[in-house]
Amino acid sequence: MTAVAVPAAEPLVPGAPPPASVLQDVWRGISRENPVVVQMLGMCPTMAVTNLVANGIAMGLATTFVMVGSGLFVSLFRRHIANEVRITSYILIIATFVTLADMILAATFPVISKALGPFMPLIVANCLLLGRAEAFAAKVGVARAVADGFGMGMGFTLSLTALSALRELLGRGTLLGVPVMGPRYEPWVFMVLPPGGFFALGLLLLTVAWVAGRRRRRASAR
Amino acid sequence: MTLPGHQHGAAAAAAQEPRQVASWKLLVTLAIAGAASGALVVSVYRMTLPAIQRYAGQQVEQAVREVLKAPARWDTLYLVQGVLAVRPPEGTDPRELPKAYVGRDAAGTRIGVAVTAQEPGFQEELSLMIGFDPASGTLTGIEVLEQKETPGLGDKIETDTAFRNQFPGRIVPLRRVKASSGTDRSEVQTITGATISSRAVLRIVNNAVARWRPLLAAYDQAGAR
Repeated sequence: MTAVAVPAAEPLVPGAPPPASVLQDVWRGISRENPVVVQMLGMCPTMAVTNLVANGIAMGLATTFVMVGSGLFVSLFRRHIANEVRITSYILIIATFVTLADMILAATFPVISKALGPFMPLIVANCLLLGRAEAFAAKVGVARAVADGFGMGMGFTLSLTALSALRELLGRGTLLGVPVMGPRYEPWVFMVLPPGGFFALGLLLLTVAWVAGRRRRRASAR
Repeated sequence: MTLPGHQHGAAAAAAQEPRQVASWKLLVTLAIAGAASGALVVSVYRMTLPAIQRYAGQQVEQAVREVLKAPARWDTLYLVQGVLAVRPPEGTDPRELPKAYVGRDAAGTRIGVAVTAQEPGFQEELSLMIGFDPASGTLTGIEVLEQKETPGLGDKIETDTAFRNQFPGRIVPLRRVKASSGTDRSEVQTITGATISSRAVLRIVNNAVARWRPLLAAYDQAGAR
């Protein structure tokens, strides 16, 4: 029994992620462990706000802000937060940053804030945030936690931007409100409605899986 | 390497056994975290409040202009203890008082009154700006100031212009119909798929006009004397 002395510096939650550089931590969230197209986390806002590129980017950036802020604080206090109350504490930290993001957005970009409406406070319930806090930020140092939050946030933002660009382009014939499809284009309104979101997400996942599969096949052929 | 399986399992279990932490420590941790988070939220709230209020003020101004069909100017009346007054009494916050915006044309003639009204919609409070002529009870227009209705269904009360364009010229009290007869000036056609939200709009308009008309009549009489 004495052989299992846990060093005091170890986090309370066992199973720390393998060591990696800060850049690798950032890149992983954008590519190999992209929250939307690989981990399939945070699907609710992904479906809900990607009808316009501006909304997709705003939601992505707001989520990034919350990811970085909550990652920083979860990591900073990881040795002070008792195991029994860790989920409560993470949610408190996340909720604080969501509230801040909501108020800052309302003060700086009121129109976008209005468009995101009820989905902004719902970032709290985005499982991506609690997932990364529990699985990553609580087990690593501040720099890595922030890098992971930033990477995951960027991966989320990029996915949302791609999805909303597809939907706005087909559904309205515009990109960021600028008409690009010409006056003869008949907008495919279906794409900006909720069913179109599923359709566009399916297309995005298909494309990503196809590219990843082709890359794998090439790598194994070599 | 030759460690027997059961011993290995026991060691792992011991390693994962959570430390016992006294309840008061948990309470203290959460209390400190809660206080810190509260302080942060309050300070950012105070920093962002002026910008948010400025925007809300602009929204109100724009809505007044919209529902009164571009008045040359308007006066604001404050409702204090059931009586309308030109000036809010000392010590009251004018932002807190219910207000009526009296729109006038270039000659100074009253062309209508705009009021705001909040009542529950399908999910949360619906906030409307309602423009009407207090003498005849004829609406000049309505605008949705704030709504959190179901996206794609209930939010049509704001996005469906055909619905909102029905209101100018209608006479209160409004009645909801599925299909308009075209002759009745109190009929408003509800939105398919947004029955409860459209019904709420009608109810809010009816209640607001019924509430403000006597107040404005009393104010006019007091002014005439």
